[in-house]
Amino acid sequence: MALQETAVTRRLQNVKHIILVLAGKGGVGKSSVSTQLALNLAASSPNVKVGILDVDLTGPSIPRMFGIDDQGVHQSSDGWVPVYADGPSARVACMSVGFLLKNKGDSVVWRGPKKNGMIRQFLSDVRWGELDYLVIDTPPGTSDEHLSLMEHMAGVHSRLSAVIVTTPQAVALMDAMKCLSFTRAVNLPVLGLIENMSGYACPCCGEVSNVFSTGGGSEMARKEGLRFLGTLPVDTELVSVLDGGVGEDGGGVFRLLERYEKTATGKLFKDIVKGVVESLG
Amino acid sequence: MVAVPDPKSIPSNAPEHCPGTESEQAGKSDACAGCDNKEICASGATKLPDPSLPFIKERMASVKRKILVLSGKGGVGKSTFTAQLGWAFAADEDTQTGIMDVDICGPSIPTIFGIANEQVHSSSSGWSPVYVQDNMAVMSVGFMLPTSRDAVMWRGPKKNGLISQFLKDVDWGDLDYLLIDTPPGTSDEHLSIVQYLKESGIDGAVLITTPQEVALQDVRREIDFCRKVGIRILGLVENMSGFVCPKCKNESQIFKPSTGGGKNLAKETNIEFLGAVPLDPRIGMSADYGVSFLDEYPDSPATTAYLDIIDKIKNILGD
Repeated sequence: MALQETAVTRRLQNVKHIILVLAGKGGVGKSSVSTQLALNLAASSPNVKVGILDVDLTGPSIPRMFGIDDQGVHQSSDGWVPVYADGPSARVACMSVGFLLKNKGDSVVWRGPKKNGMIRQFLSDVRWGELDYLVIDTPPGTSDEHLSLMEHMAGVHSRLSAVIVTTPQAVALMDAMKCLSFTRAVNLPVLGLIENMSGYACPCCGEVSNVFSTGGGSEMARKEGLRFLGTLPVDTELVSVLDGGVGEDGGGVFRLLERYEKTATGKLFKDIVKGVVESLG
Repeated sequence: MVAVPDPKSIPSNAPEHCPGTESEQAGKSDACAGCDNKEICASGATKLPDPSLPFIKERMASVKRKILVLSGKGGVGKSTFTAQLGWAFAADEDTQTGIMDVDICGPSIPTIFGIANEQVHSSSSGWSPVYVQDNMAVMSVGFMLPTSRDAVMWRGPKKNGLISQFLKDVDWGDLDYLLIDTPPGTSDEHLSIVQYLKESGIDGAVLITTPQEVALQDVRREIDFCRKVGIRILGLVENMSGFVCPKCKNESQIFKPSTGGGKNLAKETNIEFLGAVPLDPRIGMSADYGVSFLDEYPDSPATTAYLDIIDKIKNILGD
C-alpha cells in the first residue's frame, strides 16, 4: 500500500535520518545529549546539515543550550524559518516553542490536543529544507508528545530511529525500561543506549565519585540486547558551556562548537556519535 | 476582543482552539465545529460544575493539608523531596500522611519508599493505598502495572481520569497531610489536579530547582503557572547545590549557578527561599534502595538542610 502524502511527509521528504532522543525520566540529559548529537554530527563533515526539534513544549531547554534563547522565529512565504544556531553557515537549524514565547518566564499551560497541534505544525510548517539528520528532543514520559510524533511521522517511519538516555540510578533505569517498552510497542528501532552522569571527578583532587551510581546503563543494554553507545561523566565544564548562553558570535564563528569541542565530554562524545552513525548503517 | 480562556476550563479532549467550556462562546465558536463536546457545551450544561467534584470534595474533607511538589524541570529531585517530607512528617506517630504520585508515565515514588512490589486492593470503601508504615499511605500508578517494565502510553484524558480516581476513590482516611508529587512540566496532570481540588483547596506548592539556568528557566515557567491558576507558593528549594568530595572534603559546584541560582530566582520573583540541599550521593542511593535518607544518615549536612526546610514549611503553614 502506498503511503499517503501529507504535509509532514512533503516537508520532511529531504530529511535523511530522524533521530528521537528519549529517556522516560526527566533531567537525565536528553536535551544535553540532543545538543551534543547535533553539534557532533554537524562537525563530522563541513557539508552535513542538521536540524534539531525541541518537542518539550512546557519545558523547552534547547534554545538556552544553543545560546539562542533571545531569538525568535520568522515567517516566510514558505513556512516558519528555523533559528540557525551557527549563524550564516545555516547548517544547524533549531526549532522550539521557546522561540515563540514573549518572554522566557512565560508558562506554556497546554493539554494534549494543543500540544498535538503544535507538534504537527513543527513537522509540517517549518522550512526544514534538506537535512542529513533531524534530532528530536522529547519531554520525559511516554505520553501525548511521543504518541503525536509517531502518528504524524507515520509516513516517514522507515527513516525514524531512537537513542535512549539514562543515568545509572535505579529510578532512571526503570523509566528507561518503560521507554524501551514504548519503542517496541510502536516499532521504533533503537540505535543504542547512553549512560549519562556516570561519575564525577572532583575538580580539586580528581577523585571520581559516583554521584548517581554507575554501570546500570551498560548492564541494561546487555540484558536487553541494545547497543551500548557509551558512558558520559558529570562534566561541570560542559554544564557551563551549555548553560552559559554562548552561541555564534555574529561574525560566522560558531563559538559554542569551539568551546564544546574543548570539553572532556566533547572528546568522549565522538565515539558515541560514531556508534550512532554505525547503527544507522 | 477575544477573551482569554481560563486554562482550567478546557477539557482534555478539546480541539486546539477551544474557547473554554465555561465561556460564552462554548459550543458556538468556529473551533467547536466537529468537537465531540459541541452539543453539551452549547446546551449550557458545562457551565455547571464537574460531577466528580462533590465526591472529591467529600473524600478530601478529611484531609487537613494538601501540598503540591512542583518543578517544571525533570530530575531535580521532586520525588526525593516528597519522600523526605513524608518521612519527616511521619516521624511523629500521631501525624497521618498520604503521598499521591501523579507522575503517571514515570512513577518513582514506589521505588523511593521501597514498596515497588506492592499492589492496590479495593474494598467497599474504595481503593486501599499501600502503607509504608502505620501512619503513611501511598498511592501511585506504579502499584497498578503488571510489571515495572510496562510503559504507560496514555494521552491526557486517561491520565486525568486516573488522577480524579486517586482523589475520589482512594480510601485515604483522616490525613494531616496529603503530599502530591507531580511530573515535570505544566500540562494535563497539573491542570487536572488544580481543577479537581478547586473546591477542596490546595494549601500551597513547594517548588524544587537545581542551580543552573536551564533548570531555573523551567521553574520560572512553573511560578508563572502557579500565579495563573492561583496556587499559593510556599517557597523554593534548591537541590543538588554543591558537592563535597569524600576524599579532599572540598566543595565544588556540579551545576553552576551561572545566573545566581535558586536564591536569586526567589528574590527576583518575590517568593520565599526555603534553603539549599547539597548533593550527597547517599541521597540517590537511599532512593534506589527505598530507605529514609534522614534516618539512615542523620549526620549528613543534607539531612540538616532538609530538616530546616521542612521546619520552615511547617512554620509557613502555621502547623
